[in-house]
Amino acid sequence: MFSNFVPNLVRAVSRYWFLFLEGAGYTLLLSAITVLFGAVLGSLLSLMRRSRVMPLRLFATGYVEVIRGTPLLLQLYIFYFLLPDLVPFLSLSKFASVTIALVFNSAAYVCEVVRAGIAAVDPGQMEAARSLGLSSRQAMARIVLPQAVKNILPALGNEFVTVIKETSLASVFFVGDLMTQYNIIKGSMHLVIEPLLVVGLIYFLLTFTLSKLIAHYERNLQASD
Amino acid sequence: MIDIINLYKDFGSLHVLQGITETVHKGEVISIIGPSGSGKSTFLRCLNLLEVPTAGQIIFEGADLTSPHTDINLHRQRMGMVFQHFNVFPHLTVLENLTLAPVLLGKYSQQEAAARANELLHKVGLTDKAQEHPRRLSGGQKQRLAIVRALIMEPQVMLFDEPTSALDPEMVGEVLAVIKTLVKTGMTCLIVTHETGFAREVSSRVFFMDEGRIAEQGSPRALFDQPQNPRTQAFLSKVIY
Repeated sequence: MFSNFVPNLVRAVSRYWFLFLEGAGYTLLLSAITVLFGAVLGSLLSLMRRSRVMPLRLFATGYVEVIRGTPLLLQLYIFYFLLPDLVPFLSLSKFASVTIALVFNSAAYVCEVVRAGIAAVDPGQMEAARSLGLSSRQAMARIVLPQAVKNILPALGNEFVTVIKETSLASVFFVGDLMTQYNIIKGSMHLVIEPLLVVGLIYFLLTFTLSKLIAHYERNLQASD
Repeated sequence: MIDIINLYKDFGSLHVLQGITETVHKGEVISIIGPSGSGKSTFLRCLNLLEVPTAGQIIFEGADLTSPHTDINLHRQRMGMVFQHFNVFPHLTVLENLTLAPVLLGKYSQQEAAARANELLHKVGLTDKAQEHPRRLSGGQKQRLAIVRALIMEPQVMLFDEPTSALDPEMVGEVLAVIKTLVKTGMTCLIVTHETGFAREVSSRVFFMDEGRIAEQGSPRALFDQPQNPRTQAFLSKVIY
């Protein structure tokens, strides 16, 4: 079987390059939407975790624990089967259901990223700001958060890398991402390994490039500190 | 100016302050010395409620700071604090470190604040650093910045929490010089310090703290030269040579 390996690879790419590209596009789109809305929702969650209102705090903490403590695939199934029943008027597409599941999953991780980013700011900063007469809200907005953002942004970038890989689970529902395309090409070529390698290479190129970009950006941030 | 009445502070089962009653008068310069763990810093931090007392009252210019109806933020504007680790704001320029609070709290306009900040920076020799970020400053410069950052709010009293403990030895002098200049202007100061020579020179009164209480107090001459309490004697025999 290995004698045909290289020709098969070439054939997979030359005949199905547009499917691979389309898959990469969907994977990136799915990941970008997930991280974007996950960041908004996750920031809200971490605000709730710091809230003075006990039920808000409990809800946010419970939410983060449950999401992080159950498999993403299971969450995808639950959203996929439950959402159309819960909100029929939205007549959600498959893609939307899966995206919403990914967003709700990512939010829990982002919440932790934001929490850790704030916790990493020296508590002396808050004390100094309060000692000058700033309210806790003013001190948060003007002193702590601007410094926390420098911790949070690179970690959010890493979350993006993680999400790119995790979207592969969404292919269970054939949403058009890279792994979905793999399944299509696999069936049509009757080849398992070769298209898989192409898909793997594309995933790697995406995540590797992104990681390098983040590392570069992080160095710039530190230089401006 | 500040009445401290029966002040207690617990951290869990640890009784850090065990009943302090004391009055600080306007213009006094009080050094607080004592072994580590004796509650010096906690005492100072209770005065502006960075630590909330477990029991007791802090009356600052007639206002009970420990009352839940008191707006502590308003009173903190008039109590400057300087920390051991400077706690300057690294994401702001030196000038912004000074102007942020007075502008945000409506004490000065941006222009007034900048003018006042430049005056203060000039006094502590940081004029040419105004546009730099604090990472470009030495420890001594950071602490001088922290002092004027507190002064721009025109506080009635300054609280110094071991202002020179985190400094390299060659930078201690420049920070103490700034504090001395401040003392000469008549500023009321409370200074937690290990610099006994400095405490002797600038203080009008010295508190010796031990196990959460003020074990002995008096003029620097009385306390350093003729300590009455055996604990004071034991402590001083270890730190003075």
